[in-house]
Amino acid sequence: MKPITWLALSLILSTSPAAASDGISSEREQELQNLLIQDCGSCHGLQMKGGLGPALLPEMLRGKSAEYLSTVILHGRTGTAMPPWRFLLSEAEARWMAERLLQGVAQ
Amino acid sequence: MDGRAPVARGSAMIRIIGGLVFLLLINTPALARGTGDLGLFIERASSSVQIVETSGNTSIGSVSGLGDLSHASVVYSRDQRYAYVFGRDGGLTKVDILNAEISQRKMQSGNSIGGAISQDGRLVAVSNYKPGGVKVFDADTLELVADIPATFGDNNQRSKVIGLVDAPEGKFVFALWDAGEIWILDMSQRDKPVVEKFKNIGRNPYDALITGDGRYYIAGLFGEDGMAMLDLWNLSAGVKRILPDYGKGEQKLPVYKMPHLEGWAVAGNLAFVPAIGAHEVLVINMRDWREAGRIKVHGQPIFVMARPDGRQVWVNFAIPNNDTIQVIDTQTLAVIKQLKPGKGVLHMEFEPRGEEVWLSVRDENRVEVYDTRSFERRNSIPATKPSGIFFTARAHRIGL
Repeated sequence: MKPITWLALSLILSTSPAAASDGISSEREQELQNLLIQDCGSCHGLQMKGGLGPALLPEMLRGKSAEYLSTVILHGRTGTAMPPWRFLLSEAEARWMAERLLQGVAQ
Repeated sequence: MDGRAPVARGSAMIRIIGGLVFLLLINTPALARGTGDLGLFIERASSSVQIVETSGNTSIGSVSGLGDLSHASVVYSRDQRYAYVFGRDGGLTKVDILNAEISQRKMQSGNSIGGAISQDGRLVAVSNYKPGGVKVFDADTLELVADIPATFGDNNQRSKVIGLVDAPEGKFVFALWDAGEIWILDMSQRDKPVVEKFKNIGRNPYDALITGDGRYYIAGLFGEDGMAMLDLWNLSAGVKRILPDYGKGEQKLPVYKMPHLEGWAVAGNLAFVPAIGAHEVLVINMRDWREAGRIKVHGQPIFVMARPDGRQVWVNFAIPNNDTIQVIDTQTLAVIKQLKPGKGVLHMEFEPRGEEVWLSVRDENRVEVYDTRSFERRNSIPATKPSGIFFTARAHRIGL
């Protein structure tokens, strides 16, 4: 197997955030991390312990898939203050954020 | 050669004077100055505040250990020495800004959103998300004086509380996000709190303000059109809906950050407030409470703040437009200036008479000072993720 194919395969198979972020530059990852903490944090708390929006700690999200969370991020929740972020985020970026939330954002 | 000696003498002299000044600084009690030109700004990610002075536009100290400061806000003691900092994590911290130290600190709830100080300066009230309600503390000792749970509905649910302000005659006023109610808490007798409730004011009040004269309490509604207004001089008239037709039948734009209603941007009889779900500033005629205009702006407005003389209104915006400030002329209702201070302009605070305004530029880790006449930048102060800026002049203003 050519090294490059092997690399691609390992990226697809792996579930680490580094793999999930393929296609997202490390510079953009930093922006997304800042967005997650600072802007999502405006409603959900800088440590994701909740505010006007619910807490988004890993234990609160247990049982929810990254697909589900990224759908909520992209499309928002009608009737609540959660806006659709699809105008600012790509699907891959929303997915990256969902996985960060499932792992725990607060350092 | 002739010129050298005096210079050398001069520099030696400077060193001696410098040493003396240093000795004075470490020996003189920090109390030997006024506080009327002081203030602080929040560094929300590092649990700290920087203390600043607005005469020379410098940072003069820092206090850390204040907990989660996302959405932190501040009120001041009437002697303008103590800042009460309300943290997101329920922390209430009394900061001595003269000595740059924490005077007292208390974890008073799990999750809080803001606070107010009573007319007489003796009580500090905090509005809480979790558990939803208001707690009132002694301003000196931070001992609990009253606990007012924001219960509603048949099952005694607890509502998140927003828009807590002080009002004349020893009252606090606040709104219930989940319940759609406005409550007046009369603390004029501190051992006998009295609550008066106004129900069905509209869905999801997201923030509220009280006019500078302490008469009108106005809550913005996220869940429906218009704003809910209570005339505190005529309580029997109940809560009225103002701007009821605003936004009717229009597709709302996404709101990436909740607007703030802080203070009351008033020029003459006109008031300026952020629209919600539209890139507009709404103008209200305060004589009849009708819409007097809509000003197209750069994004979803967050803070719409009048320069203290009322001639200009400065507006900042939600992401992705939060690198921009627009200035509205209140006579022509035109945008007369657009500034790009940098990414993440979160808050602005005018100096007491408005010749300069301070802006926090969160993502670029700076607080900047602008001249409001020339729009030139006067100073830039390094900061760590700065957000709210609060000057001590607030101590003597109703509702701030």
